Order: sequence, then structure tokens, then C-alpha cells
Amino acid sequence: MNPRLAWLSALLMAAGLALPVGYYEEGLVYWYQFPLSGAFVAFGVVSVVAGERWLHHLVKGELWAWLGTLAVVIAAIGPMMLPTSELAMRTASEGFVAALADGVTTAPGFWLVVAGLLLFAWTVMQHVSAQPSGRIYALLVPALFGLALIYLWQAVVVGFAIPRVLLPAPTEIFAALTREAATLANDFKETFLKAVLAGFVLGNLLGLGTALVVDRVPFLQRGLLPLGNMVSAVPIVAVAPIMVMWFGFGWESKTAVIVFMIFFPMLVNAVAGLNAADRMQRDLMRSYGARYWQTMWALRLPAALPFIFNALKINSTLALIGGIVAEFFGSGMAGMGFRISTQVQVMNVDVVWATIAVAAVAGSASYGILALLERSFTFWHPSYRSR
Amino acid sequence: MNAGLGILSPKGRVLPILTIVAIIVLLWYAFAVLLNYNRVSEQLAGVNPEYSIGDLLRGTWSMERPVLPAPDQIAVDLWNSTAELRVTSKRSLLYHAYITASATLVGFAFGSLLGILLAAGIVHVRTLDRSLMPWIIASQTIPILAIAPMIIVILASVGVTGLVPKAIISMYLCFFPVTIGMVKGLRSPDPQQMDLMRTYNASQWQIFWMLRVPASIPFLFASLKVAVAISLVGAIVGELPTGAEGGLGSRMLAGSYYGQMVQIWSALVLAAILGMAMVYSIAGIEWATLRRTGGRA
Amino acid sequence: MPSEPTAKVVDLPVRGRGAGDSSGRAAASDVIIDIRNLGLTFQTADAPVVALSNINLTIRAGEFVSLIGPSGCGKTTLMRIVADLEQPTEGAVSVNGVSPREARLKRAYGYIFQAAALYPWRNVQRNVELPHEIMGVPKEEREAKAKRYLELVGLKDFEKKFPWQLSGGMQQRVSLARALSFDPQLLLMDEPFGALDEITRDRMNEELLQIWEKTRKTVIFVTHSIDEAVLLSTRIVVMSARPGRIIDVIESTLPPKRTLETREMPAAIELAHRVRQGLKAGHSYD
Repeated sequence: MNPRLAWLSALLMAAGLALPVGYYEEGLVYWYQFPLSGAFVAFGVVSVVAGERWLHHLVKGELWAWLGTLAVVIAAIGPMMLPTSELAMRTASEGFVAALADGVTTAPGFWLVVAGLLLFAWTVMQHVSAQPSGRIYALLVPALFGLALIYLWQAVVVGFAIPRVLLPAPTEIFAALTREAATLANDFKETFLKAVLAGFVLGNLLGLGTALVVDRVPFLQRGLLPLGNMVSAVPIVAVAPIMVMWFGFGWESKTAVIVFMIFFPMLVNAVAGLNAADRMQRDLMRSYGARYWQTMWALRLPAALPFIFNALKINSTLALIGGIVAEFFGSGMAGMGFRISTQVQVMNVDVVWATIAVAAVAGSASYGILALLERSFTFWHPSYRSR
Repeated sequence: MNAGLGILSPKGRVLPILTIVAIIVLLWYAFAVLLNYNRVSEQLAGVNPEYSIGDLLRGTWSMERPVLPAPDQIAVDLWNSTAELRVTSKRSLLYHAYITASATLVGFAFGSLLGILLAAGIVHVRTLDRSLMPWIIASQTIPILAIAPMIIVILASVGVTGLVPKAIISMYLCFFPVTIGMVKGLRSPDPQQMDLMRTYNASQWQIFWMLRVPASIPFLFASLKVAVAISLVGAIVGELPTGAEGGLGSRMLAGSYYGQMVQIWSALVLAAILGMAMVYSIAGIEWATLRRTGGRA
Repeated sequence: MPSEPTAKVVDLPVRGRGAGDSSGRAAASDVIIDIRNLGLTFQTADAPVVALSNINLTIRAGEFVSLIGPSGCGKTTLMRIVADLEQPTEGAVSVNGVSPREARLKRAYGYIFQAAALYPWRNVQRNVELPHEIMGVPKEEREAKAKRYLELVGLKDFEKKFPWQLSGGMQQRVSLARALSFDPQLLLMDEPFGALDEITRDRMNEELLQIWEKTRKTVIFVTHSIDEAVLLSTRIVVMSARPGRIIDVIESTLPPKRTLETREMPAAIELAHRVRQGLKAGHSYD
């Protein structure tokens, strides 16, 4: 932990506590008028001082890694407990720069405290990063960073009174998530469970099957590979309107778009993977007089697995994109892409963001599952080896 | 055999590629017959019940509004909407391609720059590496493209339209692959090369410019190629909700509104050509750079 | 044009059999490998490269023959031809009286590469079982064989480890066990210990001697090391490069029972000297 940054964060918070946080009925209001909020922030200031002076050397600093995290989270509650909806933290002003300047000058106490808190969080992250690497710390740092980012988002939206249409606050998105849970779940089923999964399975099987066929005909392989690489430069998503015209608004059109999108990444990777076994390993199989399928099964498919998993991971994201974008061109009455494109027309931005959150979670979860599978199937690969 | 591989030798690449292309074109005509068969046969039966196979084939390959247009129809439409019209005409596909390409390139330039700067930060600041890098990797798994229409509509509501919103989407899409590729590239020098720099007591700055940056060049170009392709996708998808403004994406959307299959296909083909042109120009720059820096081109 | 289906003959016509047979004393049944007037020319972009020219060599059962020579002399290529991993352009090879291809399909030899060429996704036991799986040996039998040969090379208790968890020397021992385990009469070893450090290499040489004493297999051994060739071989074939050809064939005068110390006997030093002379002579042709 950088001591100078830590002291600066304490200073910022302390200074902020002395300055106004906005107008209430034509009068400036200060932190002391909201004792509970102020107390949380004051706790933060005390924590930084205590942590910096005494705690951060105790137990090799590991204690402070946890206490610091806890302290910054507790201190961060303070600004959130202000009755921000009743305060005027920005008086109306036109233009981006003017609004920014106005917000900062109207509620300097609020912004100094937020800046101090973020700096405090950064020094804690620095401290945790310096800890000997462990699985928990590897999760703690990005978790803190993510929270800090969401916190900043919330503070900016609330503090500058940004119109909801432009950017809803995280709390509003969360509210939309719970309020519209049933609709969102139905959209998820319509897009992900019906179209994306089917397209993902079908497209990958087609790509892999083609790779196996092409493998037997080297002539085709030489022709197909450069074309396959060329296709990676083509915006295949754009076949979506055609597929919608052919297959209608059901899951079939989305599945078709997905198949088109993920076929080539799988083909190119699988062909490369099937050629990944080195010459010595092939000669060995030859010296045993192994048949084509014996070599394929015992050597070439296992050697191709890392490449195949690479394609699967790329394709999991592509499939989700394909499913959602295909719905922009018109689809039934449900689906994530449908929800995004219709709700944005009526400016229900919080629902749009909630849908995007669902998509993000679905995307990362599929990727995570594939990564776990990859780990267990290709444990032998140099990138996973542990002695 | 001694004179190297002839251009049409089956061991080279040209002949196999031509073969595959020929197969695809033949299949395409076959599918055009298959998919257009129903409507054409009805039409023909209405005029003359004893139509020949030749009539049928001609019919399926020259429909006004085909389910699947024949390749030559697309080629003719492409020719008519590019070479036959003034470039500034709103009906010229080149005009639309220009709109899309400019948004793509602006977004690509800013996104790549941002990605490189971020990568430099991540490589040098340990806390950034630990805190930001996992999010950047995770963000690759998120269908960011889904945000595109929202950005367009929201920015339009505050009066920002035209090139900027599309460029923002492109920028947003292409900065992730560049960041990840460059972090890999800037970290690619092996420990011995780093140790050598340390024995010279080189500064971080010197290590960065004399070792890390040259070592990262191949990684940079690899990710730039991915980035420019995805940037084009971003621009096209960004054009979808803005039908009237122009661009290849809006042409596709207009085509799908009015059932103009040929128009969609020619926009699609031009988009493909545009994508390849951009990726291959980067490949060309890569080739020139690697030659100048003595790498294996 | 009706073309007749012509059977592709891998074995090229034997030229000059009988004339100049240098190993007439060996009984025909004893001969494991017979190489006659063998040549191999690679076609490259600028000029044909003669990798091997006019090679004649007969190897009898139970011999340990080393091929030694500078890089590019074609010693590995020669062995790959015997293993049917490379096709000659001239001359003929017979292995156990049949063509190399037939011999390969009959699994007549075990090949040991410079690297262990183990499959990282199989543990040590399953790596040794690999040839048996391909040959369709029942599960119990191949497991028992793998166990037995792993014990022979001193790797008992390492069956469940994965190759990448072992040292280079241990990996090469697994590869040795794998080649021995299906009991081929012929072992083809291509610089098997070339990538190991000298201390490990000595130990592996010692073990190889012991195994050879026990099994008396016919071995062709490609090496760069004069010491290694002298210690292990009953016959040393000295080769030279451009074009790859045989310079000298030296019968070993060392006693059949050998240890690492055998290398310091006067006879061994004499042999090493002769090999060195041969290599020098080959070099002076350049």
C-alpha cells in the first residue's frame, strides 16, 4: 500500500466531511446534518489512519488485506445513505462541461468523499495485489475493482442527476431485474435455451464434421483453409435479415444465423488441431502400423482438443451475439434481442440494461463452464500442467 | 518439379481454392433452383402448363424477388449499384460503403489506441493487472454487440447522430481484443531478454521501447486484424436501428423491409469485400513492417 | 482408356544380389536386415540432394550395430528407411526377409525416437499400453506387460504419473519400455539419449547394456557419440555426409560383457581411435 496515496485518501474524506453536500430547500446542507452517513465516512477516515499506522504490518499484512477491504466497504455505505433524492446536488445547467462544473461546486463534500473512498479502495487493492498470490486474493482484487466501478457509476448518476434515459443507476437496473424477472426469464428461454443452444450444438458439430471430412482430402483442405480464414473478415452477422426472411421469426432463423457464424471458427480450429500432433508422434503410430481411425482416436483427436475447446469458447460468445442480433431483424413476441430493440424504442432503458445484464451473465457462465470442461479434458496441456 | 510449384499445380493453393469456389457457385445455383422452385413453377404453370426444364431453370435464376438470388443476379446488381452510379448518389452502394467504412475506421483507430494504452498500463501497474485484467477477459464473453442499438438510440435522443455513435460501438468492440493481444505481446520477451536489459541497468522506459514494443509487434497485428473485422461488424449492426441514414447495414435493413433479397445480398457481398480489404491491408502493413524490422515476413 | 490396376510394389528390384555379398558367412536365416545398393535423392527447389548413396549393409540376429557420423550423413534417414518411414529411390531393403512395409505392418520392430514422444494425455502405464491397444491385445494382458516392462526399466511405482511429471531420462525409459513391451526382435534407436545430460546418458547406457544382455535383441543405434558407439556396439558403421555413404565398418573387439569401465580398456581406446580416423577420413572428402 502506497502510504502517500492512503494519507491523501484520508485527507480527501476528511475535507469532504467539512464541505456541503448540496442544497435542501434553498439552503446548503452539510454532512453533520446526516450524522449516520457522516459517521460511516468518519469510520473510513479513522480506518485509513489506523491501518496505515499500525495494522498494515501485522500478520505480514494479511490482516490489513481483509480489514481494509471490510473498512472501505463499510465507509462506502455513508454517501449511499444520504437522502440524495431530496437533495439538489446539481442546479440545472446546459452542456456537459457546465453541468460537470456545476455538480462539483454544488456538492463538493459529496465528491471529495467519493474520490477519497475510491482512492482508499485503490490503496486496499494495491495492498491485496502485493500479497502472495492465492486464489482468494486473485478474486478479491477484481471483485473490489468491479464494486468500485459500480459505486462510481451510482455516484455519478445520482450526483449529477443524469436522466434515466441516458444512463440508469445500478440500483434502478437491479430493481428492473427483480421487477421484470418473469419476462426476462421468458426471454432467456426463448433466445438462449431454444435458439442459442441448438445453434451452438449444430454449428459446432457441422464444423467438426466438415473438418474430419476435409482431413481425408488434402486437396480440399488446401482450398478450404484460406477461404475459411478469409471468412473471419466477413461480418457474417449480416446474414441475419436473410435468415429471418427464409426461416421466419421462430428459433429456426436464429439458429441458422448462429450456425453460419460459428461454423468457420470451428472448422479452421479443428483442421489446425488435427494437424497439431508432431511428426515423431505420428511416426510412432505409423511404426505400429496403426489404421487411420486408430491414429485419429489415440493421437490426433486428443492432440486437437485444445484447439477445439478454443473454438468452442469463441463460439459460445458468437452464438449469443448471433441469437440476439437476429432478433433485431424482427422476431416473435419474446426474446432478449426483441426486448432490447422494443424497450429501447419506448425508452425503458432500465429494462434494456437488465436484459443486457442477463446476457452478460449467460455469456460469462457458458464461457466459464466451457473453461472448466477444457481444464478437465486438457489437463495435460502445458498451460494447465502442475507437477 | 525443380522449378518450384506452378500456379495451377494441385500442390499449390490456387487450384484448390478455385475448385472450392467453383463447388460453392454450383451449389449456389442448385440451391437457387431448389428454393425458388415453388414460386416459379406456380408462375409458369399459370402461363403454360407444359413448360420445359430450361424454362424452369431460367425462371429460378432470374426471379424479380427470389428467395435465393443466383450469383449472377447479385453480381449484376452489385455492378449496377456501384459502377453505374455516381459515387455521391444515395443509391450508390459505394456511398453506403463509404459511410460504413468511415465509422469503422474512426472507431478502430480510437479503440486500438485505447487498447494499446491500457495494455501498457496493465503490464506496468501490478494492481491494474490484478484488478482490471480479469474484467477485460470476462468482458470478452459478454455479447457486447447487444448494446449497439441502445447506444445509437440513446445518443440520438441527446442529439448525437451520424458517424459518432457507430464509431463508439466500433471502438468499444475493438479495444478488448487489442488490449488482450498487446498485454500478451508486451509480456512476450523471455526472462533472459529481460535479464539482459537489467544487466545494462536499462530504465523501464528503455525496456518498453527497446524490448517490449518490438516483441509485441506480431501480437499487435494479429489483434488488429481481429479488431478491424469486429469493428466493421459493430458499425454495420450500429446502422440497423437508423434505417434512413445510410450505410451498408441500413441497406440490409431496408432490403429486409421491402423483401428485396438481391439488395441484401449485394450489400452483404460488399460488406464482405470491405472486411477483407481492411484485414488484408493490415496484413500488408504487417508484412512491410516485419520486413523492415527483419522479422520473418 | 482402360488402365490395368497395377499392384504398387514397394520393394524395388534387387540389383546385383550375390555379387559382392560381403556377409556370405552368415546363414540366410540369421540375416535380419539386408540393405543393397540403397540410395535416396531428395528433390528440392534448386538441386537434387543425394541423402544416401550406394549403401550396402547386412545385419544378423543379435547384433548391436551403431551408425555414427556427422550431422547430415543420412544415418537417421537410413534407419527411417528400414522402418518404412521414408522411401528409398534406389536399391532395396529387406527386414526379416520381407519389405520394410510388410515388416512394419507385422510390427517387427520397436522404434525409439530422440525425444520420448509420449502422449501427454496418457499416464505412464497407458503410454506403454498404446502399441498393445493398437494391436488389439486384451486389457489384462497389456496391463501385465506394461507393468513388467516398466519394472524392467526401473519405473515401478511410476505407472500413474503423467509423462510431463517425469524427468527427461525417466521419459526416455518409458519410451524404451514401450518399445520393448511388445517384444519385437528388432529395436531401432534414433539418438535415444542425445537430448540427455552426460550423467543420465551414462546411466541409460548401462541399463541398455543390461537389457540387451538379457534379451539379445537386434539393435540399430544411431548416435553422435563415439564413446557411446564403442561401449554398446558389436559393430560400428562409420558414415560421412554429402553424399551420405558408409566409410568404414568396424567389428568390436571388446568382450561381450561390458560395464561403463569397459570404455577405459586399451581395446576400447583403440576402437575409438579407429572410429575417429574413419570420421576424419570422411570429413576430408569435403
